[in-house]
Amino acid sequence: MTNHWIDIKNSDCILIMGSNAAENHPISFKYVTQAMEKGAKLINVDPRFTRTSSKADIYTALRSGTDIAFLGGMIKYILENNLYNHEYTAAYTNAPFIVGEAYGFKDGLFAGYTKNEEGPSAGSYDKSKWAFEMDANGVPKLDRTLKNKKTVFQLMKEHYSRYDLDTVSKVTGTPKEDLIEVYKTYAATGKTGKAGTIMYAMGWTQHTVGTQNIRTMAMIQLMLGNMGVAGGGVNALRGESNVQGSTDHCLLWHIWPGYLKTPRASNNSLEAYNKKWTPKSQDPLSANWWQNYPKYSVSLLKSFFGKTATKDNQFGYNWLPKVDDGSVYSWFDIFDSMYKGDVKGFFAWGQNPACSGSNASKVRKSMEELDWMVNVNIFDNETGSFWKGPGTDASKIKTEVFMLPAAVSVEKEGSITNSGRWMQWRYQGPKPLGNSRPDGDIIMELGQRIKEAYKKGGGVFKDPIVNLKWDYETNGAYDPHKAAKEINGYFTKDVTVKGKLCKKGTLVPSFAWLQTDGSTSSGNWLYCNSYTEKGNMSARRSQQDAPNNIGLYPEFAWCWPVNRRIIYNRASVDPKGRPWDKKDWVIKFAGEEKDGKYVSKKWIGDVPDGGWYPLENPDGSKRKDSKHPFIMRKHGFGQIFGPGRADGPFPEHYEPLECPVEKNSFSSQMVNPTAVVYNTKADAHATCDPRFPFVGTTYRVSEHWQTGLMTRPQPWLMELQPNMFVEMSEELAKLRGIKNGERVNVTSARSSVECTAIVTKRFKPFKIGYATVHQVGVPWHYGWRWPATGTEESANLLTPSAGDPNTRIPETKAFMVNVTKL
Amino acid sequence: MSKSILIDTTICTGCRGCQVACKQWHNLPAEKTTNVGSFQNPQDLSFDTYKLVRMNEEIINGKLEWLFFADQCRHCIDAPCLETAFDENAIYKDSATGAVQYTKTTKKLDADEIIGSCPYNIPRKAVDGTLAKCDMCNDRIHNGLKPACVTACPTGAMQFGDRDEILALAGQRLEKAKKKFPKAMLLNPDEVNVIYLVGFDPELYTDYAVASNDRGGLSRSVALRKMMGPFAKMMRV
Repeated sequence: MTNHWIDIKNSDCILIMGSNAAENHPISFKYVTQAMEKGAKLINVDPRFTRTSSKADIYTALRSGTDIAFLGGMIKYILENNLYNHEYTAAYTNAPFIVGEAYGFKDGLFAGYTKNEEGPSAGSYDKSKWAFEMDANGVPKLDRTLKNKKTVFQLMKEHYSRYDLDTVSKVTGTPKEDLIEVYKTYAATGKTGKAGTIMYAMGWTQHTVGTQNIRTMAMIQLMLGNMGVAGGGVNALRGESNVQGSTDHCLLWHIWPGYLKTPRASNNSLEAYNKKWTPKSQDPLSANWWQNYPKYSVSLLKSFFGKTATKDNQFGYNWLPKVDDGSVYSWFDIFDSMYKGDVKGFFAWGQNPACSGSNASKVRKSMEELDWMVNVNIFDNETGSFWKGPGTDASKIKTEVFMLPAAVSVEKEGSITNSGRWMQWRYQGPKPLGNSRPDGDIIMELGQRIKEAYKKGGGVFKDPIVNLKWDYETNGAYDPHKAAKEINGYFTKDVTVKGKLCKKGTLVPSFAWLQTDGSTSSGNWLYCNSYTEKGNMSARRSQQDAPNNIGLYPEFAWCWPVNRRIIYNRASVDPKGRPWDKKDWVIKFAGEEKDGKYVSKKWIGDVPDGGWYPLENPDGSKRKDSKHPFIMRKHGFGQIFGPGRADGPFPEHYEPLECPVEKNSFSSQMVNPTAVVYNTKADAHATCDPRFPFVGTTYRVSEHWQTGLMTRPQPWLMELQPNMFVEMSEELAKLRGIKNGERVNVTSARSSVECTAIVTKRFKPFKIGYATVHQVGVPWHYGWRWPATGTEESANLLTPSAGDPNTRIPETKAFMVNVTKL
Repeated sequence: MSKSILIDTTICTGCRGCQVACKQWHNLPAEKTTNVGSFQNPQDLSFDTYKLVRMNEEIINGKLEWLFFADQCRHCIDAPCLETAFDENAIYKDSATGAVQYTKTTKKLDADEIIGSCPYNIPRKAVDGTLAKCDMCNDRIHNGLKPACVTACPTGAMQFGDRDEILALAGQRLEKAKKKFPKAMLLNPDEVNVIYLVGFDPELYTDYAVASNDRGGLSRSVALRKMMGPFAKMMRV
């Protein structure tokens, strides 16, 4: 989230699309309800009428996988009706930037495309074709009037001119009058002082166009001036209590803690690595915060290797593994390699891929190729027991499985970071049961044993292991405080920074103090400021609000970065530093003024995104000592044009890999031309195939959680949702002769799952052009191990091996199925 | 001052946290259910289920509504079940909280008569005839806690407090709700301590949402007993 949970209450219009907040984030509805009590409108767009829809002022449906068409239509509506926030768009977004001559877009393809016949990636772009025009100083050329035909603004207008109501309605299946009502209501937040927010989750991300779904909304939020303000932002509702934290600390293969890059083989020295990943801006008004990259990377290396990391050995950079250039090591690729027999050992830690992985049959089959697996979990699951799962012959499976019982979250001390980036410390409740242990203890001892083995036996390349700093122990047990302090970082020698002597061994006060010379360590620069000499900031519990009284609660827990509760908050003020929204303001400039000029610096409210002077003085003169508000972007502007994405600088509608229509109404490119599609024998796909005529999607319900590992053995929850089910419209049930409550088969090109039919008014057939398209939905909480009948299986047996080109997240939200009576 | 609960169905999201919290606090066994084609489960209240979120899909004014009704004992101010039982060892009212309590002695009562007396169709019997229903978490209240269901509610749809406070709140919430739901109403607020606020015709939520003259209430003999007041017990009419 750019904002945070409580901040939802400050919104004037809440769009819930691509998530089902009432069911899957029930507590969020406390704040949604509060906003509505103050008059906010709630809009819900979802293929199915959910418990969220039941509370919405406006509900409408769209066919799964058509969000860009829906939102592209909104962009057109906003522009055509002049509803964008002119001042904000011209001042803070890259709408005035001039795009270079090489840029082009024709029939669904942007300039610079090359097809890749071999796969799994369908193709790629030469992004240099999308570069901005620069002036003689290397600063982007701007036309603040937005009239130049080559401005981002005009190009956007042209791009979305094709997203007219008729075409959008024909693609999405949403009636035109509903589109207009949603567009009109949401676009009203473009007015200065009004704020609209988006609450999205996997309904947007899990598509072959997942990243671009969110990009489209980010563009809308920028045009309406909704970024940085209270009650605005782009807000991802995370699916687990600590997904945000684990992502921040490098859950994904391509990033390191604090969103640093995993080194590539071609980054063959620390200097080359830092040079490659440190952006450069020639604009004195651009903070270009990532220019500090080397401070963060060196401090991370110091944290990894401690004393053995020195300037002479590039702080241990060469001990690190590098990924091959052009290779991808995402979830999909790991299991693809495993399927092909290239992976020998596997730690399944706190996860259940046999049920959670898209195309789970392939995942389960892959695990048969392993020599060994270590399953670290609170209970055994379908993954640890894959060798005795349905359709397997244990006598033919060589994999040796080790189960390490882990403690439950409440049985251990440590922090979680919620969707709103709040790091919250939790104390230990009950002690772990039996021989289960906290994850920290397990991994610490594992590390110690591996280090000992390398010390004794040598090994191929022992330096990284032997030199790894591994001192997170107190009295023989893992110490979460030591780990938290390591993440914050220490001064590694006496050093004077900002005129202040910092003693060796003390904690670094914030990331502004981190250095490139090895005098500081930090396990994650974004968390530098979370555990300082003042104490554990995340354990704070003050319920005192900030002076602006918008629910920031700055001394309750701690949030990254530097306790800034709403990021990009300098866009919540006008260029003179005065809040756009006078009532629910986030920050305001409170420096002294003399003769129309600001003469001292002071901001109040939230921690500002950099404490520089505002861009303009009260008399309207421009200041040279200010910075543009979007400080994490190279040029300092919100990106309406996003030239960094794999699939294009503007989001474009493409059909899901498996879809019910013969033609993409927007271009002759059916599927995202850069989508990732796997093609082993286990990766069957079927589009526009009469055998699989219905759109399928997966989702969660309030009563279960993820693969159901923690909820299926819980009788009170099983009482509420005892069976795998499929929801369908009354019309579809009639077509197939299916009665409510009857057991049916749901089948995709990959597999078949038995479900109880829920025949409901909450699903309605879509009118797609002249055709009727039916959609069904299945929850993914079940698995064969429990309930003991073994009949309730995972919905991910149905989902495809196809993903987004930027993230390789799977397309589990739109695929094709059939539904038949048993 | 007796205690009351307000259940504002217009902001209930049907998450069923209350239903599980009730089972957890009372340590009630889960029922063996199957999905019969609806999210609602179990299908009805039972000896082991004191609280049940009833779910109905209705087309109202051409618009689909998914109605949630967290059904439970209303803790009537003059409780017909209590009057009918006429045995304080079986059914009594805690004068401090107003909560109507059932004991194991309900086994000795005519269960069907008690159930029949309830205008809201709440009490349920075990195989041996013992009766059970929501006890308002009376033990929690005496220890300064709110009922488990109220504590679990994420949206504030359930509120608990002194009766006058809850009545005042119910009035305010009704005014607010009426802006969106012109037919919004409070269900029997003068007769019960668990007051529902509904946005639509109460019968759309459940057959027994409001007390009705043609069912429940007091049988003739019970009415007679009531009329005779304190002498009735002596005379065992």
